[in-house]
Amino acid sequence: MLWQVLRMAAGGLAANKVRSALTMLGVLIGVAAVILLLAVGNGSSQAVKDSITSLGTNSLTVSSSGGGFGARSSGASTTKQLTLKDAKALATSEDAPDIKSVAPVVSSSGTAVYQGTEYTVNSIIGTYPAYFETTNSRVAKGDYFSNDDVLNARKVAVIGSTTAQELFGTVDPVDKTVVIGGTPFTVRGVLAEKGSTGVNDADDVVIAPLPTVQNAFTGFGSLNQIVVQARSADVTSAAQSEITQVLMGTHGIKDSSSVDFRVSSQESLLSARQSTDKTFTVLLGAVAAISLLVGGIGITNIMLVTVTERTREIGIRKAIGAPKGVILGQFLAESTLLSVLGAGLGVLVGVVGSHFTIVGIKPVIIPESVAGAFGIAVAIGLFFGSYPANRAASLRPIEALRHE
Amino acid sequence: MSPRLPVARRLTRQVRPVPAEAAGSPSRTVPVISVRGVRKSYGVGEAAVHALRGPDDPAGGGPLGVSVDVEQGDFVAVMGSSGSGKSTLMNILGCLDVPTSGRYLLDGIDVGHLDEHQLSLVRNRKIGFIFQSFNLVPRTTALAQVELPLAYAGVRAAERRRRAVAALSMVGLGDRLDHRPNELSGGQQQRVAVARALVTSPAMLLADEPTGNLDSRSTDEVLAMVDRLNAAGRTVVLITHEDEVARHAKRVLRLVDGRIVSDVRQGPVAGPPPVFAGAEPVVGAVASGGGR
Ligand SMILES: Nc1ncnc2c1ncn2[C@@H]1O[C@H](COP(=O)(O)OP(=O)(O)OP(=O)(O)O)[C@@H](O)[C@H]1O
Ligand SMILES: [Mg+2]
Repeated sequence: MLWQVLRMAAGGLAANKVRSALTMLGVLIGVAAVILLLAVGNGSSQAVKDSITSLGTNSLTVSSSGGGFGARSSGASTTKQLTLKDAKALATSEDAPDIKSVAPVVSSSGTAVYQGTEYTVNSIIGTYPAYFETTNSRVAKGDYFSNDDVLNARKVAVIGSTTAQELFGTVDPVDKTVVIGGTPFTVRGVLAEKGSTGVNDADDVVIAPLPTVQNAFTGFGSLNQIVVQARSADVTSAAQSEITQVLMGTHGIKDSSSVDFRVSSQESLLSARQSTDKTFTVLLGAVAAISLLVGGIGITNIMLVTVTERTREIGIRKAIGAPKGVILGQFLAESTLLSVLGAGLGVLVGVVGSHFTIVGIKPVIIPESVAGAFGIAVAIGLFFGSYPANRAASLRPIEALRHE
Repeated sequence: MSPRLPVARRLTRQVRPVPAEAAGSPSRTVPVISVRGVRKSYGVGEAAVHALRGPDDPAGGGPLGVSVDVEQGDFVAVMGSSGSGKSTLMNILGCLDVPTSGRYLLDGIDVGHLDEHQLSLVRNRKIGFIFQSFNLVPRTTALAQVELPLAYAGVRAAERRRRAVAALSMVGLGDRLDHRPNELSGGQQQRVAVARALVTSPAMLLADEPTGNLDSRSTDEVLAMVDRLNAAGRTVVLITHEDEVARHAKRVLRLVDGRIVSDVRQGPVAGPPPVFAGAEPVVGAVASGGGR
C-alpha cells in the first residue's frame, strides 16, 4: 500500500520533471545553505579556539594598563610601567608557588634584509628562552637560543615560518645572517607553523634575546609584557592572584582596585572571541533559514499549481469513488517526496561541500544542523503541501469536473 | 442492495409506471432510484437559473420540484433539448452534485444524510458513471484506469488486475491494456470508460450522452454493451439527443426547462431491452458478480 502510494507520487512528479527538479533545487539549496553556513561559522570559531589554545592554556600575560585615569588622576602616584625588576620579582618570589617560569617581553617592528630581499617583519620580540615553552612556540628547524645567548646579548634570532618564507624562500635560513634594522642577526632556528589568529599572523615574527632587542630597537626602559607560565592549566587562576600580589608589592599599591597592570589568561581571551563568533554563526544561520523558508514557499507554490492543473483529474477520481483521504494522501505524498528528496540531496551537497575550505575557513559540520535542516525541510513540505492538497480533496466532484 | 425475488419483480412489473410527477404512489418494492421534489437552481434572486424545477404548485406557490422513480433492472433514456436540465439531473443521480432542495433516495437510503466518506463509497460501489467527454485519468494506461475503482474499493492487486483485464476484454480492448488515453481513439476511450464503469459490478449504470462524441459504428458498439449489461439485470439511465439511441431504452423521459413533460414505456422492466440484438452470453464474465 505504502509502496503503491510512493510509486504514484513518483509518477506524479515524473510527469513534470523540470518543475519537480526546480522545486527540489529550491529545497536543496535551502538545506545545503543551512548546513554549510553553520559549518563555516562553527569552523571559524573552532579555528580561533585551536589557535588560542595553541598559544598555551596555562600561560598568563601581564601588561601595563596604560595612562593614569579615574582614581589615580588626583593622587601623586603615576602609572608604573612594567620593568625587568617586576619580572625578576615574579621569578624569584617565595609567595608564588604556582608560577613555573617568567619571560619578560619587549616588542618592536622593523625591516629585515637578506641578500637584497627586504621584508617588514610584523613583530620583533626580545625575551628569554622560557617564552618558547610558555607560548607553545616550537622550532621546526635548527634550535632555540639559550640563556647564555641572553646573558651575552648575542645577536642571534629564531624566526617564524612566514618570515622565513618571505626572506629566504626555499633556502634553509639556519646559520644565515639577516640584517634587521641595521643589526646583523644569525638565524638559530625556524618556528613551526601556528596558523593565523584572525588578523595577526602569528608566524610573522622574529624572536631574539631580550638585551639584544633592547640594545638595537627599544632601549632599556620598560617592558611591553611579562609572559608567565603557570605550573598547570588548573592553577592559572591561583597564579593570576599571586602575580597580582607580587606586582602590587613592587609597585607599592595597597588597594587592589587601583592596580596599574592587567593579568589576562588565554581563557578570558578565548571566551571573548567565542562570543563574537557565536553572533557570526547565528547571523549565518538566519540567512540560511530564510533560504530554507523560500524553498518551502516554492513547494507550496508548485503544489498549488499542480492541484489547480489537476482539478479535473481529481473530479474524475472522486466520481469513481476515491475517498477524500486517498486524494489527500496522494498529494501529500507528492509534496513530501519532493521535500524529502530535495532535503536529502541538500544534506549530501552540504556534507560534501563542507570538505572544501571556504574563504580560508575549514567548515566543521554541526550534526544537529544536518538533522534540523532535514527535519525542517520535510516539515515545511508536509505543512505547506497539505493546504493545497486539502483544498483539492474537499472539492465536490462536479465542481472539480467543471473546472477549466 | 438486497437481491430481489423474481416474484417480487414480477409484481413490480404489473404496477403501472408511476405518473412522473405524482409523488408517493404506493409500490410494494423500493425503487432503486427515487427522486422526490428535487429542485436545482444556480445563482440567487432574479438572475437565478432553475435547472430543475418540476411543475408549478397549482395553489400558486413556487415550483414543486422533479419527482421520478426508477425500478431495478429498468433502462431509462432521458431526452430533451440543450439546457433542459438532463445533465443536472444525472449529476444528482450519480451523487456528484447535491440538489438545492428535495430528496434523493438510492435503494431507499436518503443520500442527503450521507457524509463525505459514505458518498465516496456509494459512488464506488453502487454507481458506474459514463461521461460524454470520457473523463479518463490523463497519463494513465487503460489497465490502470480500469483498476482505479477497484483500488479505491480496496481490492487486492492480483484480483484487481484479473477483473480489469476481463472488463477490458469484454469491451474489446484486451490488446490495448498499456495504451494511454492520448494513444486511443474516441470510441476506444469511451469503451475504456465503459469498462471502468462496470468493473466494480455496480447495480446502476449512469451515462451522460455516452455516444455523443462517437461515430455510428462506435455508437452501435457502446450501445450493444449497454444493452447486454441491462439484459444482465443492471439498471441503466442514459441521456441522449438521438431517437436512434433512445430506441434501445425500455422507458423514455422527456425534459423541457427542468420539467418532465412525458414518460413513455417502450418495453417491460423485466427481460431484455427492446433492441437487444446479440444473444452472446459474454456479459457473464464480469457482470455476473453483480447485484450487490
Ligand atoms: N454550474 C452552473 N452554473 C450556472 N448555471 C448552470 C450550471 N450548470 C448548468 N447550468 C444551467 O442549468 C441549465 C441546465 O443545464 P444542463 O447541463 O443540465 O443541460 P443539459 O440538458 O444537460 O444540456 P445539454 O444537452 O446541452 O448537455 C442550463 O440552462 C445551464 O445554463
Ligand atoms: Mg448535458
